[in-house]
Amino acid sequence: MLQRSKYKVIREALIEWIIRICGISAVVFVFAIFLFVFWQGKGLIFSGDFDFWKFLTTKEWYPASENNPRYGVYALIAGTVSVTVLAMIIAVPFGLGAALFISEFCSPKLKETLKIVIELLAAIPSVVWGFIGLTIMNHLIMELFGAPIGLTVLNGAIILALMSVPIIVSIGEDALQAVPDSYREAGIGLGVTRWQMVYKVLLPAAKNGLLAAVLLGVGRAIGETMAVLMATGHAVHIPFDAEFPFLHGLDSVRTLTATIAAELGETARDSSHYQVLFIIGILLFTITFAVNLTADLIVKGVKGK
Amino acid sequence: MIEAANNAKKFTETTVGRNCRFTEKIAKSVFFLMTLTMVLPLLLIVGFLFYKAWPALSIDFVLELPKNGMRAGGIWPAFLGTLYLVLISLVIAAPIGVMAAIYLNEYAKENWFTRIINLAVINLAGVPSIVHALFGLGAFVLAAGLGRSVLAASLTLAVMTLPVIIASTKEALSAVPMSFRQASWNMGVSRWQTIRGIVMPNSISGILTGIILQVSRAAGETAPIMFTGVVFYKAIEKGDLLAYGLLDQCMALAMHLYTISTQVPNVPDAVPFATAVLLLGVVLLVNALSIGLRIYLRTHRKW
Repeated sequence: MLQRSKYKVIREALIEWIIRICGISAVVFVFAIFLFVFWQGKGLIFSGDFDFWKFLTTKEWYPASENNPRYGVYALIAGTVSVTVLAMIIAVPFGLGAALFISEFCSPKLKETLKIVIELLAAIPSVVWGFIGLTIMNHLIMELFGAPIGLTVLNGAIILALMSVPIIVSIGEDALQAVPDSYREAGIGLGVTRWQMVYKVLLPAAKNGLLAAVLLGVGRAIGETMAVLMATGHAVHIPFDAEFPFLHGLDSVRTLTATIAAELGETARDSSHYQVLFIIGILLFTITFAVNLTADLIVKGVKGK
Repeated sequence: MIEAANNAKKFTETTVGRNCRFTEKIAKSVFFLMTLTMVLPLLLIVGFLFYKAWPALSIDFVLELPKNGMRAGGIWPAFLGTLYLVLISLVIAAPIGVMAAIYLNEYAKENWFTRIINLAVINLAGVPSIVHALFGLGAFVLAAGLGRSVLAASLTLAVMTLPVIIASTKEALSAVPMSFRQASWNMGVSRWQTIRGIVMPNSISGILTGIILQVSRAAGETAPIMFTGVVFYKAIEKGDLLAYGLLDQCMALAMHLYTISTQVPNVPDAVPFATAVLLLGVVLLVNALSIGLRIYLRTHRKW
């Protein structure tokens, strides 16, 4: 019987172990990200005079104040939420509409072209989007709405919508493709029109996947940094109020991500301002983690398939 | 008589049918318009950027050093820095990502542990880029003692690109039919030999496509490299390809665009536009390459 040399057997076992170690790298890095960010911020969390509830619900963000620094991220959360919500109001209908069109209503050739264009749209770097917001959109908003400055919630939301649409389209399209063709055939066989089939058969069948697509778009919008840093005007401000329009699209805001990006470079290491930025990092990590986890659970079910 | 009337009725369109066809048309055109509104901005924006950048664009713009406080001259140091960051981060991320995908696709059993790994991959891909920056600062710059350097920034980028490389490689691997592997195993070939001799050669082009795509992503990222090794300005020699050491700080295109469009006053309009076009051009070119390769592969697949 032919036997492989001992050297080869050992080498193969070694390679398989390396592969196993690489296999768990993603898990290691997710934990490492949490741990290292937590590590940098822990000094403040355990310092005693840090009240997490107050941190979330007060709106005074004066981190650089000499004698009385106050860290309230409520206004920053409001900034993130307002930009994200407005972006989703724009992106969700357009994204899902485009996904439906690409998946159900267009010719195969047009489908190929559109998918490529969507992919290119997804590839535009966020700093270029930010630059577009800073230059082109800024002028457009000033001229169209007569606003004194165009770097606003609306500007950031439009940019974020354009950035998250490719994700919504591609994942939504996957979800629609995952519906078995027999469903479509059964509908068409009964003599319904394509739209009726989409509306009555396809949408209910693909609703989980479409919801996940929206959630992943939300996740991207919340985590986006450079584009909102450059496009939303950088003012700590709450753009809602209790009366009718509720959300003032022409106000400048600042988001959680933009705050970290703008202020981390100017803080001294291990100062409480520095640590509070890492706590914001933990907050962001937790939010996006929850959003992504929910999306995955919706698609695969709790037990997984 | 009655029978004839009934027959005639059968083939004329009822109101219900007409309404249905009308709704169908409306739905179709609405969706088409929605798609168009997503696609048109891309073309308009790229066109406008090119139009504004045209006066400054030239080969010298790429090869010259920035002058006059980055208000004139070229972008060579930033271009070179981006090249360094992208290459080093891929050299780190690609082997780990490919091996992780091999594990997930070829070795892992269907159990809770594999599910956790898959979840981790998805979540790692969803971590905001600024949190990656914080991680890079905490882990590579401070804990590992690399300081703000090319290496620390590249490692941060590598962690960021890893999940996407894993996902695309996994897809490429799972496109190889199971029967290929079974045939190989039945010849008495071991698992790893099968992977190296059968699975990899049949999927290598798909794997490469995914990795090339990451070049464009790594080149465009700003936030993760901002605090881990990239600086506003660094003086290097013109035309020096080995200007940055692994532990030096460097400039990068994406960061340069951010700096000159927000931090430096009185920059002539054409300079940031030209930088944006160059960055966009590099990214879209690499993407187009990857897409082209994929289409070529799909039409030339052997099985």
